[in-house]
Amino acid sequence: MKLALAIALRHLLARKRQSIVSLLGIVLGVGFFLAIAALMQGSEQDFIRRLIDNTPHITVSDSFRNSRRQPVEILYDKGAVELRNVKPQTETRGIRGYKQTIEWLRAQGGLRAAASLSGQGILSFAGQDVGVSITGMIPREVRDVTTIQNYIIEGSVDDLASNRSGIIIGAELARRMSLGLSDTVSLASPTGQVRVFTIVGIFRTGRAEYDETQAFLDLKRAQALLDRPNRANRILIKLDDPHQAQAFAAALEQRIGYKSVSWQEASEDILSTLTIRNIIMYTVVSAVLVVAAFGIYNIISTTVMEKHRDIAILKSMGFQARDIQRIFVIQGSVLGLLGSLAGLPLGSALMFALMQVRLKPPGATEPIAMPMSWDWKPFAIAALFALASAVFAAFLPARKGARVEPVDILRGGVA
Amino acid sequence: MSEILLRAENVTRILPGEVEVTLVKGASLEIRPGEFTVITGPSGSGKSSLLYLLGLLDTPNEGRIYLETTDTTALSDDKRAALRLEKLGFVFQFHFLLPEFSALENVMLPMQRLGKLPPPHIRKRASELLASMGLGDHQNKLPRQLSGGQSQRVAIARALANEPRLILADEPTGNLDTASSANVQEILRTLAHEHGRAVVTVTHDTAFADAADRRIVIVDGRIQG
Repeated sequence: MKLALAIALRHLLARKRQSIVSLLGIVLGVGFFLAIAALMQGSEQDFIRRLIDNTPHITVSDSFRNSRRQPVEILYDKGAVELRNVKPQTETRGIRGYKQTIEWLRAQGGLRAAASLSGQGILSFAGQDVGVSITGMIPREVRDVTTIQNYIIEGSVDDLASNRSGIIIGAELARRMSLGLSDTVSLASPTGQVRVFTIVGIFRTGRAEYDETQAFLDLKRAQALLDRPNRANRILIKLDDPHQAQAFAAALEQRIGYKSVSWQEASEDILSTLTIRNIIMYTVVSAVLVVAAFGIYNIISTTVMEKHRDIAILKSMGFQARDIQRIFVIQGSVLGLLGSLAGLPLGSALMFALMQVRLKPPGATEPIAMPMSWDWKPFAIAALFALASAVFAAFLPARKGARVEPVDILRGGVA
Repeated sequence: MSEILLRAENVTRILPGEVEVTLVKGASLEIRPGEFTVITGPSGSGKSSLLYLLGLLDTPNEGRIYLETTDTTALSDDKRAALRLEKLGFVFQFHFLLPEFSALENVMLPMQRLGKLPPPHIRKRASELLASMGLGDHQNKLPRQLSGGQSQRVAIARALANEPRLILADEPTGNLDTASSANVQEILRTLAHEHGRAVVTVTHDTAFADAADRRIVIVDGRIQG
């Protein structure tokens, strides 16, 4: 092994220029691969963080994933039971015993849970009527499970607690209806109730539809307005570890029966889009390294061709085919290793440079920075991929070199 | 009668192809330690081909070759390589030194591959071998800095590195001037006579052939006489 390494290094040093050129290929490949992979991972993490921050991690709603089993089916579990014309029972919608469920949830620890009652209403002001989505919550719990306080541009969430007739609306709605803080609006529910509310807060999330249709109320007021006293139809849960959401939602649903949707399930389409985006980007940046690997293939196969005579002499001396193969694979590995070692700092420099870039996309209010991940994984992936492709690129010509028959070369004389 | 070091029995080598070429036909011979043997014959008669067969670089289509008591005919490439490493030494016409390695390093290579000696001993032995070839001052030179005769002596030193019992040389003086030729010839003869090794040399050189103990003439792949 040591001997093969010594011979391999001599070969590389004997052709410094070609070695350096193919080394540069790997260095650039690793650098760009690393920078792009870190950017990809950074943007994915950034995206998921926003997704996680801006939505409850688990939403329990007052519906069921599957229709409930009828008692007769439960009783005769294995029997041939057929029930026809089953209709859902008419009952007041809402999560039964939501208070107990929340108590139980809080007893579990590691999470914050809040009940809410959502419904539809019509907001009237100065002769204009606009349909809005109402969410009633206990004001001090709003902060626990939503990020709405981060988007408040006027007033505050706390004012909802001090003014039970307060309402928080989106900035778009406020603009459309020329509403401002302390203005009074009337809100009508589908049940015919009409209540008067005072605007205590205005938020802007940047999502136009949300800013135009969402309104927050005190839970009690919402229950009264929607004529569903002591009911809640959502339980919003934030976990300390968002990545537990899927497992916890499944366990919770098993326990209480109500549909419990984790953020992963709710944004399945976005997450699969992210996966596809990753595949595309990794394919593209891998191509850079594949091209670099061709450089290695090129130099090793040239060396093998030029060294036929040396291979013949080594073999006649008693070197075995695998010794010869090892010599050339080591050459590729050395190039791959040096390329990775020099490429990672280059990639880090690129990453650092990209982090300094500030962009202002059209429509954005603030310049955004490139989200860069300094995780060890892109470093490891770039280094390993470069090394693996270098070894593989060297392996093919090395195998060919190992097959050289010394007699063929000796017969040919100086060949 | 001393022991037999190498024995070829009815060895035939045919190169396959559209037109088959018979390189060696039904050759049988025995090589003993202390013998300085030359193989001569016209160009293309199969001298070198026979040498490659004897040197386990090539395998015969028919017949058997025994090295000491081992039948080498059915051995794998790796096993034959291992035998070459330990028991055989080669010297070629174009002295085939590795161009990136100094004379000393070239001589060290077979010993390093065999790995029987500790590294300091390998260096010492290589140095001694070069000195015995009169190259004590040229140890650290690269092959391109050496003359033809010097290179050939480095090649002989390398062939001797693992103390092989059999030295095979293919036109070792083919490329050298008269003085160098005489020098190489003397070295090979001494190896056989004073060190008890068997030396088999393919040559065109009549002066060289005359100096040998034994002469094998090959014509059209057949051993004459």
